[in-house]
Amino acid sequence: MSERETIITVSHLVKKFGDFTANDDLNFEVYKGEIFGFLGANGAGKTTAIKILCGLSKPTSGNATIAGFDVYTQKDDIKNSIGYMSQKFSLYEDLTVTENIRFFAGIYGMTRKDIKIKTQQLLAKLELEDSAKKLIKDLPLGWRQKLAFSIAIVHSPKIVFLDEPTGGVDPITRRQFWNQIYEAAAEGVTVFVTTHYMDEAEYCDRVSIMVDGKIAALDTPQGLKQTFEAESMNEVFIKLARVAVNN
Amino acid sequence: MQTVVVDNLSKCYKQAVALKNITFGVDAGEIFGFIGPDGAGKTSLFRILVTLLLPTDGTATVLGYDVVKDYKKIRNKVGYMPGKFSLYQDLTVEENLNFFATIFSTSIEENYHLIKDIYSQIEPFKKRRAGALSGGMKQKLALSCALIHKPEMLFLDEPTTGVDAVSRKEFWEMLKSLKNSGITIIVSTPYMDEASLCDRVALIQNGNILKINKPDVITTTFEKKILAIRSSNMHKLLSDLNSFEACDSAFLFGQTIHYTAKQNNLMMPELQNYLTGLNHLQVEINPIEANIEDCFMSLMNQAS
Repeated sequence: MSERETIITVSHLVKKFGDFTANDDLNFEVYKGEIFGFLGANGAGKTTAIKILCGLSKPTSGNATIAGFDVYTQKDDIKNSIGYMSQKFSLYEDLTVTENIRFFAGIYGMTRKDIKIKTQQLLAKLELEDSAKKLIKDLPLGWRQKLAFSIAIVHSPKIVFLDEPTGGVDPITRRQFWNQIYEAAAEGVTVFVTTHYMDEAEYCDRVSIMVDGKIAALDTPQGLKQTFEAESMNEVFIKLARVAVNN
Repeated sequence: MQTVVVDNLSKCYKQAVALKNITFGVDAGEIFGFIGPDGAGKTSLFRILVTLLLPTDGTATVLGYDVVKDYKKIRNKVGYMPGKFSLYQDLTVEENLNFFATIFSTSIEENYHLIKDIYSQIEPFKKRRAGALSGGMKQKLALSCALIHKPEMLFLDEPTTGVDAVSRKEFWEMLKSLKNSGITIIVSTPYMDEASLCDRVALIQNGNILKINKPDVITTTFEKKILAIRSSNMHKLLSDLNSFEACDSAFLFGQTIHYTAKQNNLMMPELQNYLTGLNHLQVEINPIEANIEDCFMSLMNQAS
């Protein structure tokens, strides 16, 4: 592979809780502008790793840099360089669409002027102008998800972390959501995404699969299928993760 | 014999309509699946059938009992696993199970044979508090608790949501063996691929049932022809296909795009030329059979 700019570098990363090792010597790089799938069974250690990469938790040992910033000493710089969205927590239901945009953009440190411009752009792009004053809880789930993603990248972060962003949404909305991901990646935003939908693993440029705190495999979807002699990513996942599931 | 008979059932919350005049029946001994996204009405329906919620209109019977008048009888005969983990987080695994057994005037020993296959997998952790279990183990405990009073029917509301692909596969294997022991199972899921594991499914969206049938009947009677298309640049391929004049729909499906044409006229040579003209490399076009997700999206589009 030709030389590419790396945006996340993880080296010998270990995180222990007491005598339990949640992340056991992780080593990987994520390239600028790529869609990086971060898969693993429940309890494999994904959330622990994501918290470290977002600057919310310190590793026990090892190194990691996010957008050039160190996870031990430059947590605030990391937080300014990333966006985050999950299915469980995305928007405030009792605030309106514009209030949510203003709130998050403010937290990300954008100026009032920029927020105003960005709000108009965002509403136009999502065709939400007529719903600008509606409460989030009155919006259909699919719209909420799309809005949540747009807000997660409202401050043009270098990296956006998406933690199971498409859980529970209908199949058409799920695909529209992936179109948004592609667009963001095409504009140079690096996308770090977890999912339980194995067809979505196929949409990633590269996929890592965590098993019992370790990265058991990392390659393009095509490469993984060849290595594991599998027809689909679902098969790859089941071959790798089955052994670990009852522990 | 039908274990569940639902006739013109509706549920409204103020202005919001959760279920719109739905009618269906469930046969004894089958696995009946409700497939649909969040907000489709699955949970409202389940809560009405297990007598935790009153319908606004219409009638429903479970095992021959009316869900409004005979609610006490129904509660003794059905097991219910809600979508949200609802066991006592600060009781241990064993205490939770004991609690549910006692409520139904039975004991773990008396019905151990029913839950043995499932419970034995978490039994090594029986002194652990339920809140400290992993997702897969919580799910097994919840299922054990729903089974401990020997129900004739099980209602499982999204038991596999947020669960990884391996645990999902194992969970469905457990359901199959429960079905073989004679229990009727009604289950809901947002994962379309789980439809094929049910005997019959209802596709549900916005409070309406779009279709009820055996999953293979739904897919084989799908009237549109589908092509699976791929090239070296999938994102560009998707937008190019959507711009093609004869395109009815183009959706990403894992490593290919599923394409349907207006009037079912696929025009494969023209399509091939069109894509080659746009510099697509390694173009592969193959006719394929529809899957449940194809059918669901098509029905969604028709309904809107």
